[in-house]
Formats: sequence, C-alpha cells, structure tokens
Amino acid sequence: MIQLDKVYKSFNGVPVLRGISFQVQKGEILALIGGSGQGKSVILKHIVGLMKPDQGHVFIEGKDICHLKGKPLEEIRSRIGFLFQSNALFTSFTVYENVAFPLREKTPLPEEEIRKRVMDQLEQVGLSGAENKYPAELSGGMMKRTAFARALIQNPEIMLFDEPTTGLDPIIARTILDLIHSLHSRLGFTAIIVSHELSRIFQIAHRVAMIHEGTLQTIGTPEEILKSKDPVVRQFIRGASEGPMTFY
Amino acid sequence: MNWINRLGAFTIFYIERMGRMGLFLVKAFLCAITPPFKSSWVLKQIWFIGSQSTLVIFLTGAFSGMVLGLQGFYTLNRFGSVALLGPMVALSLIKELGPVLSALMVTGRAGSAITAEIGIMRTTEQIDAIELMGLNPFRYLIVPKLIAGIIALPLLTAIFNVVGIFGGYLIGGKLLGVGEGTYFGEMTAYVKIQDVLEGIYKSLSFGILITWVCCYKGYYAGYGAEGVSKATTQAVVLSSVLILFWDYIMTSLLF
Repeated sequence: MIQLDKVYKSFNGVPVLRGISFQVQKGEILALIGGSGQGKSVILKHIVGLMKPDQGHVFIEGKDICHLKGKPLEEIRSRIGFLFQSNALFTSFTVYENVAFPLREKTPLPEEEIRKRVMDQLEQVGLSGAENKYPAELSGGMMKRTAFARALIQNPEIMLFDEPTTGLDPIIARTILDLIHSLHSRLGFTAIIVSHELSRIFQIAHRVAMIHEGTLQTIGTPEEILKSKDPVVRQFIRGASEGPMTFY
Repeated sequence: MNWINRLGAFTIFYIERMGRMGLFLVKAFLCAITPPFKSSWVLKQIWFIGSQSTLVIFLTGAFSGMVLGLQGFYTLNRFGSVALLGPMVALSLIKELGPVLSALMVTGRAGSAITAEIGIMRTTEQIDAIELMGLNPFRYLIVPKLIAGIIALPLLTAIFNVVGIFGGYLIGGKLLGVGEGTYFGEMTAYVKIQDVLEGIYKSLSFGILITWVCCYKGYYAGYGAEGVSKATTQAVVLSSVLILFWDYIMTSLLF
C-alpha cells in the first residue's frame, strides 16, 4: 500500500535521508524508531507529499505521490490521516469545530449529519463533553485526542502518527497508544507510528523499522528486532549511552 | 572573481524571491475569482482589518487634519490666502495623506498581526494540516485577507479624510477664525472628483499591497518564535517602504 523506493533528501546540503526503501502492507502497523533528528518525521512528510525527495519515489497504492499535483494529490491526501507531533489544532476553533472542519469543507453533508459524526468520533476518542472547549483549555492528552479525532473523521485508509506520545506523561502516553491500537482493530487502517515508547510500540506494531543516520538500519517483526545482534539496534533498544551511536 | 560570484548569487536570490512573491499574488487572485468562495471568512477579516482599525484611523485623521489646519493657516497667512485653507487641507488629505497614513496605520495595526497569525500557523503545522485535508490554504488564509484589504482600505481612508477635514476646520475655523462658508465653500470649488478618485485608486492598491506582503511574509516565515518575529518585522518594514514607493509611482502616473 505504501512503498518508499530509494528516497534521498538533503537540507542545505546536509543529507537527512540516504536511500530509504521499505513497504507497508494494507492493514499493517509499522513502527518507525530511531534517535532524534534521524529523519523519521521527514519520511512521514514525504509519504503525504509535504516534502519531495531529491531522488527516489514514494508510492501510495502504486501512484507516485512525488509527481502528483492538484486534484489527484488532494484525492490521495483525503485518504490519509496525519497526527502531527504539535497536534496542529486550529487555535481559534473549538474542539467541535476542529473535528468538523474537514467534513464541512470537503463534503456536502448537512450540519445535523456532521454533528452526529463529530460527536460519535469524540466519543470514540474519549472526549465527550469537551466539544465546546478551545485548544488552549485542553490538557496535552486531550489535545492529542482532538487531533486524532480530526485525523480520523474522514475515515482514512492510512494513518500516520508523528510522535503521538511526545510531551505526555507515561500514563496518558500509554492511553494514547492503547487508543491507536483499539481503533486500528476496529477500523483496520494502515498505520505508520513514529514513537519512542518502545515497550508499548513493540506490543502493538506488526513490524518495526529503525532509521539510523538517514538509512534503514533494520526492519522486522518486534521479536526479530528484540533478538537483533546489530550493535546499533541493541544500543538503541537498551537506551545505553555507550555504543556505536553517538548522541548530541 | 569571488565578488562577481557573490554578486551573481545575490542577484539570482533576489530575483527568485521576487518571482515567488509575484506568483504568490497571482495564485491568491486566481483563488479569489474561482469557487468555492469563503464569504464568512472574508467578513471576519473585514471586521478585523476594517472595523478594528477605525479608532486608530479616527485619531490619526483628526490630528493630521488639525496639524494641517494649523500649519496651513500660518503659511497661507503670509501670502494673504487664508481663504484657501479648506482646499489646501482637503487636497492634502484626499490626494496624499489620507491614503498613505491610513495604509501605514493599517500596516502597523493589522498587517503585523496578519503576518504573526499566518507565521504561527506555519510554525505550528496548521497550514500543513489544511493541505493534508485536501484543502487549499490560500482560500482560507490569504484570499479573505486580500479581499478584506481591498474593501477596508478605501473605507478607512474615507473616514480618515472626513475626520481630517473636520479636524482642520476645528483649528482653522473655530480656533483661528476662518469662516465656515469660506472653509467649506472654497473646498467644494477646488476639489474635483478626479482628486477623490486618485485617493481611492491609491488606497485600493495599498490594500492589495499590505495584505500581499504581510500574508507572503507570514506564509514563508521561518520556524520558531525567532522566525515569526523576523517575518513580522520584515513585513512591516517592507510594506511601509513599498507604500511610499508605490505612492510616488501612482502620483506620477495619475498627474
């Protein structure tokens, strides 16, 4: 369903992605792990066409998103939900207005139908009763849930999560990952999750890919990754400061 | 050779920037004339750029008119032409000071806020979020502000001019003794419709210029607080300089 083929990307001459290739099957959850600044978020932005590769291709169901513009690009994007690290909520809108926005702007649905769908979605993410609050009045976990509800409202076939647990306390972080897991079981979307919550992510992902220095260090099932003999992978999973990886 | 390379790179960089800025405006106008139209978003921006600037325009207009009345009276008095105070104040305001000062005040009050708002939306990925919903951010963020600027600036300039003319009369007429009939009678004799149109054309073009520059700077703001603050400063400085530059061009074309 999603395929990256030898993707290269540099910023101001500094290479960030150096020939990344992998595939994600329909309905699969792939976890992207790796140190900060290794290019994981950049990979997600390539998948939705927010960034174009210097070389290589990104295919969504066989269509190269790098060469799409206008309506075809909009059509593919409307099938993808994206949960931003910063949530990207519209600060002048309430929770309800944020979640309703894609439906109001993209569909001819009457307001009663939109209201029903938004309220159902808010209930699914555990935000019933918060519809009239503004983002500034929400906790970190509630903002994340609102962003999640907005990303899901158009029933996307693909969900991309960019560090969905960053900045949240361990309990709420786990709750958010559990929510992703339960909604995936119910809705069956294909997902890529960038996360540092290794213990929980290894339980819910079907496969795990580690990005290191702009390349794909390894990819496999959680069991294969945990048993890996690769010193870079072992150091990262153990969270050890000593090893081949250097931290800045 | 090194300085030639640098000069070339500098020139190419600025030509690219100007091209990008030009394309930004073309794209905004294309979105403005093609459906779907976002009228509620436009009304909100007219309220923000127009209504909310009324007080500052009123105060600036009043004091500008009062200063013109005072300065004009003593200058014209030297030549025994005090009767021409009304036309002098009116023509100065309608043709020049009204459009220019209104534009500068709107740049300071609303233009900086436009850049900061769009810049923050860029840095917090809200613009990316709109794009990923399969929507065109220009329709929601740029076009309503552009249309609001085109509508609001001439109206604010008209308020500035009327308040300024009465400010001039307050000083020249009530304080320094120029008769009401003389002040307003001479004004109607000397001020032509062409003068009023000149002011309207100027304020229309300033409305486009301010919203164009301020939206552009916000849309391409750098990341973080520093990026947004830099973009806001650049937007205000560039808009102000361009207003004065464009005012000169228009004056030379319209005369």
